[in-house]
Amino acid sequence: MPKVDPLAIRQGDRLALSRALTLVENNAPESRELQSALFPFTGTAHLIGVTGAPGTGKSTLVNQLAKHFRLAEDSKPAPKVAIIAVDPTSPFTGGALLGDRIRMGDLSGDKGIFIRSMASRGALGGLAHNTAAFVTVLDSAGFDLIIIETVGAGQAEVDIASLAHTVIVVEAPGLGDDIQAIKAGILEIADILVVNKADRPGADNTARALRVMLEMAQGKNGLRSAKGKHAFNSKQASGSSTQPAAEAWLPPMHTITATEGKGIDALVADIQRHADYLHSSNLWQQKEATRLRRDLEALIRDTLVHKWRMELDQQQFESVLSDLLQRKYSPIEALETLM
Amino acid sequence: MADKKIRVLIAKPGLDGHDRGAKVIARALRDAGMEVIYTGLRQTPEMIAEAALQEDVDVVGLSILSGAHNALVPAVIDKLHQSGMQDVKVFVGGIIPETDIPNLLALGVYAVYGPGTDTQTVAADIFQALHPSDN
Ligand SMILES: Nc1nc2c(ncn2[C@@H]2O[C@H](COP(=O)(O)OP(=O)(O)OP(=O)(O)O)[C@@H](O)[C@H]2O)c(=O)[nH]1
Ligand SMILES: [Mg+2]
Repeated sequence: MPKVDPLAIRQGDRLALSRALTLVENNAPESRELQSALFPFTGTAHLIGVTGAPGTGKSTLVNQLAKHFRLAEDSKPAPKVAIIAVDPTSPFTGGALLGDRIRMGDLSGDKGIFIRSMASRGALGGLAHNTAAFVTVLDSAGFDLIIIETVGAGQAEVDIASLAHTVIVVEAPGLGDDIQAIKAGILEIADILVVNKADRPGADNTARALRVMLEMAQGKNGLRSAKGKHAFNSKQASGSSTQPAAEAWLPPMHTITATEGKGIDALVADIQRHADYLHSSNLWQQKEATRLRRDLEALIRDTLVHKWRMELDQQQFESVLSDLLQRKYSPIEALETLM
Repeated sequence: MADKKIRVLIAKPGLDGHDRGAKVIARALRDAGMEVIYTGLRQTPEMIAEAALQEDVDVVGLSILSGAHNALVPAVIDKLHQSGMQDVKVFVGGIIPETDIPNLLALGVYAVYGPGTDTQTVAADIFQALHPSDN
């Protein structure tokens, strides 16, 4: 595998970018150095997560969003858009069928767009282990917007909430019992709620059920700034401690028809409004700080475990294990013997 | 690179509207442990080369039932080369007359499969094409 030049990635060489993503995805040894070289040039992209149950229309929506973002406003150049589409890896074969691009045909031929499919490779939270590292590479390559479509696991996907600045939760009618399908926890992670397939019967019911849940949650919590992901936690804020507490963001709900592009304008406007909100309330910074802290902790944990494994006396481990089996040791005593 | 997976793009260039065969192959390769990107019907050579580049695939499989393989295959290979993907391995599946096969192989296609090909053969050939030394 040829070495990838970080400068080429930053200058927009798409082949270099693609090769870099492969190195990162495969945990290739050279990917560590590469990520370190790219990291200083990150931190500006707006990360947008799109999550929701299988078949709700996430990919169709992502196609529309990217298309709309690419419509240049007068005077400003159109933002560059990257898409990471995560699909599940089969736990039995290790293979994966990555089909999200089927819905993104409209985006072909636009050099301001880069789409990469990603298999989850055993990770469970709706993303792959290296999705955050993909974001680093794409951010450094100058993409202004990075849209991340999660695995449609159908439950609240916490990983995306900690990675993305703006999380869009997509619901649709006709996926079993509508109320049941709207899983608890979704309101916690949603910055924007979307009811897709408005052209289908039952969309009204889905929207109504969602609105009731939303109003209950907002009524109960009053201002959401007091808790959850939108909280303003001065301990973790990087700037001065005299920042005013953030105004609460009340997640808006949009009813759309992604296949026809209906309702996308208003949705795009709210995505922009959310980014502005994060910046003006300093939550952008805070979210970044929380994420980097978590990433660093995970890195330390992984490294320590790896180091411990490398230094482990396998024979001693087996003998302790056998003593454990015979109840000569408790697990705690086994641990104390080994470490 | 211990975590390397084989990545395959299964694409349908041209205008025919049947993708059952393409989907069967895609599933079989997934079941053989590969990561398979499927892009749907009616892909132009440009679209296929672009997807191959963005996905950094090792293999491109072209499913062609329309009879237009003599035009489509060289066009796809051309676009792949233009985008710097000259190392990618290409196979073709579909309804291809015997007499056209030597031409396709001369273009750099490593295998041509007719209807009823055992999907395990397709998977085994991919391993062979990517790692000719290990068997
Ligand atoms: N009627 C209708 N169908 C839609 C709409 N949006 C998407 N679909 C259809 O719903 C199906 C699933 O759409 P996708 O965009 O692939 O859904 P997804 O959530 O990305 O699916 P997974 O990635 O498999 O979880 C496709 O057949 C779409 O054409 C819509 O607005 N109306
Ligand atoms: Mg999808």
